[in-house]
Amino acid sequence: MDASRQVKLQAKAVRLAFYNERMKRRLPVLAGIDLEVYSGELLAIVGPSGCGKSTFLGAVDGLVKLTAGEILVDGKPVTAPGPDRAMVFQQDSLFPWRTVSRNVMYGLELQRRMPAAEMRRRAAALVELVGLAGFADHYPHELSGGMRQRVNIARALAPDPELLLLDEPFAALDAQTREFMQVELLKILARAGKTALFITHQIDEAIFLANRVAVFSARPARIKEIIAVDLPASRTLDVKLQPRFRELQDHIWRLIHEETASGGMAMAS
Amino acid sequence: MAVTPADDDLTLAREEADTLAPKTSRWSRHENFLLGTAAVIAFLLFWEASVALGWVNPLFTSSPSRIFAAGYEMFRDGSIYPDLSVSAEEFVLGYGLAVIVGVPLGILMGWYSRLNAVLDPFVNALYATPRIALMPLIIIWFGIDLSAKIAIIFLSTVFPILVNTMTGVRTMERDFVKVARSFGASDGQLFWTVALPSSVPNLLTGLRLGLGHALIGIVVGEMYGASAGIGFMMQTAGATFQTDKVMVGILIIAAAGVGLTQLLKLIEARFDVWRPDHHL
Repeated sequence: MDASRQVKLQAKAVRLAFYNERMKRRLPVLAGIDLEVYSGELLAIVGPSGCGKSTFLGAVDGLVKLTAGEILVDGKPVTAPGPDRAMVFQQDSLFPWRTVSRNVMYGLELQRRMPAAEMRRRAAALVELVGLAGFADHYPHELSGGMRQRVNIARALAPDPELLLLDEPFAALDAQTREFMQVELLKILARAGKTALFITHQIDEAIFLANRVAVFSARPARIKEIIAVDLPASRTLDVKLQPRFRELQDHIWRLIHEETASGGMAMAS
Repeated sequence: MAVTPADDDLTLAREEADTLAPKTSRWSRHENFLLGTAAVIAFLLFWEASVALGWVNPLFTSSPSRIFAAGYEMFRDGSIYPDLSVSAEEFVLGYGLAVIVGVPLGILMGWYSRLNAVLDPFVNALYATPRIALMPLIIIWFGIDLSAKIAIIFLSTVFPILVNTMTGVRTMERDFVKVARSFGASDGQLFWTVALPSSVPNLLTGLRLGLGHALIGIVVGEMYGASAGIGFMMQTAGATFQTDKVMVGILIIAAAGVGLTQLLKLIEARFDVWRPDHHL
């Protein structure tokens, strides 16, 4: 990586353990994560299911407290959610009683830092940015899954965060809509000029979207490897047909497979 | 701008809605309503005929024409109006008080688990007790005038409203809480933007349940001891074998129940535009 690039997010030896009621003991989830995300890049995190990827994202957002280590955004330690970060949740997290534009305005309403007319203008612009012009007054249940995820992205972008955190945002979409939304997300991020941390369990999604892919080990998670995606910067879907894409896919698949295999053996012994 | 695929999405959604919509011939659209109406008319004719043919004694069963005549007479000579206005006053005050107390208290109990812990035994015990059982106590405290009836209607109504509102606040979606927290919501903001709106459907259910309880409260309260009101009128008519008048009272109570429930449904529809199963 180019050493001159600005570090947006830095995780230093992040450890996290949850107390499990049923097993009556603390279960380590994150076992020392060291990670840097550079300004303007999209870093994807993949790993075996249940490895703690989402927990890590929650910690970056400030929703989950760390056991040890620290997370810095622009050099400042994260202690609680803040306007410099915003989370894109799965599609069912839109407020069903709010219209599209009022969902998008949600973060702005909470922050109360601009007059109502300006909030509405900003929401209208974002609704258009994510390609939903004309749907501002629809309710979420009137939209398809893909459209709802556009709203979700717009809602996260509204408070103008530096860092966008996406927690498997396209997991519930069908394969075609998902591919389409991947292309859309790249366009939206390019237009909005944001840094993004993207959690997924789909290897091809990670490679297609990311500048770098971090592979998490099985729980308790460490970083197994960080792979720079050396594919053209402006991507279209046919990049998935390139031999290099297949190589990367194969490599990451092997890394995750090693983890699930060894994890399985550890469980058995 | 990638508007085209979004439009495709919408077209798909519309096609789906079309196939789900019922086939719209005039008969099938109104089938249920027409069948119901026909059944009611057939029942009334059968009732009238049984009396006319001397199968049953109208002293016990009355008949549609007699009920209509009695009702017409009561409205014409104005003898029903004092009873109507007394019952209406009791209802408005008792139900209104229950809403004013039940909704805020339900919200507070849903929000503050300590308050809930303190009040829960009382609410549970009173909710489980048939409120009619409290009637002798209420007579001792309030006598048999208006305030006793307001008290019994209030007690009948406040618990379903309170308990449903509380449940609505407590069962708010955890994902929504996470979203609110992620956007930096304070406790107060979480309350106003998530807890309150998501509890509206439960709150309205509570209001509707309370309505039925309030009508029971009116009738029972007035039968127990009163000097006016629809329940009182039915009680005295019954004691003197004026079956037609009793039936008029039943009809008035039934009409009030149906009418008020419809009114609440209109209010519900106003709040419900965002629900996926919403129909106007």
